[in-house]
Amino acid sequence: MTEKLIANGIVQDEPLLWEKSKRGKIGFSIPRRDVDSFDLDEDLIGEGPDFPHLSEVEIVRHYTRLSQWNFGLDTGMYPLGSCTMKYNPKTNDRQASLHGFACAHPLLPQRFSQGALRLLVELEQFLCEVTGMDAASLQQAAGAQGELAGMMIFHAYHKSKGSTRHKILIPDTAHGTNPASAALCGFKSVPVRSGEDGILTPEIVAELMDEDTAGIMITNPNTLGLYEENLQEIAEIVHQKDGLVYADGANMNAIMGVVQPGKIGADVMHLNLHKTFSTPHGGGGPGAGPVLVKEHLARFLPTPRAEKQGDRYGLNEDYPDSIGRLHTFYGNFGILVRAYSYILTMGAEGLKDASRYAVLNANYIMEKLKETYFLPYDKPCMHECVFSDKFQKDGNATTLDIAKRLIDYGFHPPTIYFPLIVSGAIMVEPTETESKEDIDRFIEVMKTIAAEIKENPDRLHKAPEFAKVRRLDEVSAARKPRLTFNS
Amino acid sequence: MRYLPHTEEEVKEMLSVVGKASVDDIFSMVPENSRMTDELQLPQSMTEWELNRHMDGLAATMSSADHTKSFIGAGSYHHYIPEVVPYLISRSEFATAYTPYQPEISQGTLQGIFEYQTLVARLLGLDVANASLYDGATALAEALLMSIRITKRKKVAVSQAIHPLYRQVVATYFKPTEFEVVEIPYQDNGRTDLAAISDLSELACVAVQSPNFFGVIEDLKAVSQKTENEKPLFICCFSEPLAYGLLKSPGSYGADIACGEGQSFGISQSFGGPGLGMFACKEKYMRNMPGRLVGQTEDIEGKRGFVLTLSTREQHIRREKATSNICSNQGLCAMTSAIYMATVGGTGIKELARLNRDKSEYLKQQLQQKGYRIVFDSPTFNEFVVDLTDGFKDQYQSLMEKGIMAGLPLADYYPELAGCYLMCVTETMDKADMDNLIKEIG
Repeated sequence: MTEKLIANGIVQDEPLLWEKSKRGKIGFSIPRRDVDSFDLDEDLIGEGPDFPHLSEVEIVRHYTRLSQWNFGLDTGMYPLGSCTMKYNPKTNDRQASLHGFACAHPLLPQRFSQGALRLLVELEQFLCEVTGMDAASLQQAAGAQGELAGMMIFHAYHKSKGSTRHKILIPDTAHGTNPASAALCGFKSVPVRSGEDGILTPEIVAELMDEDTAGIMITNPNTLGLYEENLQEIAEIVHQKDGLVYADGANMNAIMGVVQPGKIGADVMHLNLHKTFSTPHGGGGPGAGPVLVKEHLARFLPTPRAEKQGDRYGLNEDYPDSIGRLHTFYGNFGILVRAYSYILTMGAEGLKDASRYAVLNANYIMEKLKETYFLPYDKPCMHECVFSDKFQKDGNATTLDIAKRLIDYGFHPPTIYFPLIVSGAIMVEPTETESKEDIDRFIEVMKTIAAEIKENPDRLHKAPEFAKVRRLDEVSAARKPRLTFNS
Repeated sequence: MRYLPHTEEEVKEMLSVVGKASVDDIFSMVPENSRMTDELQLPQSMTEWELNRHMDGLAATMSSADHTKSFIGAGSYHHYIPEVVPYLISRSEFATAYTPYQPEISQGTLQGIFEYQTLVARLLGLDVANASLYDGATALAEALLMSIRITKRKKVAVSQAIHPLYRQVVATYFKPTEFEVVEIPYQDNGRTDLAAISDLSELACVAVQSPNFFGVIEDLKAVSQKTENEKPLFICCFSEPLAYGLLKSPGSYGADIACGEGQSFGISQSFGGPGLGMFACKEKYMRNMPGRLVGQTEDIEGKRGFVLTLSTREQHIRREKATSNICSNQGLCAMTSAIYMATVGGTGIKELARLNRDKSEYLKQQLQQKGYRIVFDSPTFNEFVVDLTDGFKDQYQSLMEKGIMAGLPLADYYPELAGCYLMCVTETMDKADMDNLIKEIG
């Protein structure tokens, strides 16, 4: 199998900006001065920041070389569970960079921004349709901010009924952001254990749900990649105590055109447009985390709200019960343009196909690998499947070793050690945009690695062998942090 | 569908492996009564060419900065963007990567963000900077919450000369908490009225913006002195980072946290987002910071490399006790601004900042000579407030129809400033454009 290792191409070292800087160089065409200089109190004037001095060509080479050390989705398969690393269509970038959008000021009178406002209104409608919710706000800059908005809506809802609730139910299969978002609204997380088959049982929710509990945050499909089959019953239990159901939509890619969360009990949810709706993740962001609600909670949505007013489009701030503004302007508009373009390209059938193939691909991988890697929940999965290193640990190799070895074979590793309820978790989310050839190659490589562990586990401990750097010392990085360059 | 690679035959083959008869059968775990019975009601899918036409049409209805002469800034600034910036940032190895959880194959992002952190720390005169927050407003909200964590005090003081929309976001973040926000009024000279702060020992922080919303450069030395004894944290926020190419940095005045919007640095205005929340602080507060951090380390062969670090502060480890719930940030925008800062460089940033200031002073002078009142007499950077009087309203509208956006009317944000306009002049405005505005205003 060594011939399957990725070719080690030209990877050039590149120093930090300041290490190649030399006074007298400049990479910028300084705009012409056509006015005189005016006095300014000397006391206010600084020395200027110690930025590097480089020519344009050096800048271009610097960042080109840096980029070559990165593995992106365009480089190869990126089966990072819970992250939905699907192909990012290039036409969407074109649309976001149209001058009318890219050079638009957010505070012009609304008659100069009709196209952008129409796009916001229509995107809200599309997302409501996909989720079965009634109203939306697109302001939130990421999934975690969407969750925060959702928790603020929970808080405002209970307050409007004259009560303050202090607890929130969060299953052990939830995303880590959930408890952190809830805490910002003063809710104490009450962990809910999932049942033996990896999903929530109505019984345990009924046991924990009370009048001091604001509601429940459910990720469906959950982080084990399993469908929460009892969701409707659980929602009824929560609603009976006047609690609300929050649906974390991070895994919406599994159920488009199949299930509308708003029709089966969700009161509030968020979507990650940088997951399900194909916008590029940018090495950490920007994303977008629209929050969607059912009609009875629409009055709490963040303002301003984009609306159609007669034959014009406008922004409305006149919602006295609103939780308020969450972004300086209207959110990550450039990301919203991309998601809107994606939906228009895919259409209803395309979105449903995306979910169908995302689920098919994950189940295919699960079937093909479940003899090789331990599958803690052996039942049909949704868009991702979770294995563990249980079979390999005896052979003295761990999940981390497997992940690092995958790099040598040209794959981005899956999500590892998450969800926490599976020890040594290996969470694989292929998405719908990987070809069968690439999926088959991934399966074969995973089997090869399992065989390598039996023959020569030491080699895995040293992986990756062919990346820009070898394994990095993260412990001393945290112990003695060096967060800036000091020349 | 061009994004879905499977052939019909492959689908059949895969279905047989998973033991299903059809693609719809793979959803058998979804209870029957939870499934949709109809198809989604969405517009018919568009070809690439239909989409281009549709989007061109929407974009054409927009008034964009490159086709008008706009004197509106107010937190979103039109600056020249060198071509290398969009060119380099569009490299898909940067754009299509996820958060750098696997450092061995993410060194490009990691070194780039490490350099960004260094650039931001140097710009703001502080020890450390994080890998970005969402925008200027949320960066301020996070800074205020951080000051509460550090001082264990429950009240924050925020200047009314801070961007009104930032203050709205702060109000939203604080509403469900037990913490209190008090506002500090501004003086007749446009600077924050520090004398109006009464209960310093109860305050977690004093937050001002410089240059503030009116473009006025705050007296940061006075803020530093004011906070010296009772030790509320000194927070300086900003919406125009370019100012620090010319002005002394917040850190040099002793600010504990500096935070704000980085859009000016090579990021398109894009109808207000995505922008960039810049955030820096003193080293002693590092472990209280929100957001991701990149740190330098070595690999097993002793070679320099970079990793995400101090993650025990973060939501995925510390869960409800995290310093923030932030996960995805504005990584690509941070990288964009780093490329911009490196391109403009140590020489360029000074000259560019000076040019912004001088051009805006020129317009200020011309308006003054025409007899218009400059509302605040404190020094300003590239924005200032002019009283064009109530009667200007109609003319303002007719100038807009001619493609001249004569500043932002302040009446909606500050009722006491009705008839006053916030004017912004950057390097993109020629002297001739300003002379023309003066002529039109008459």
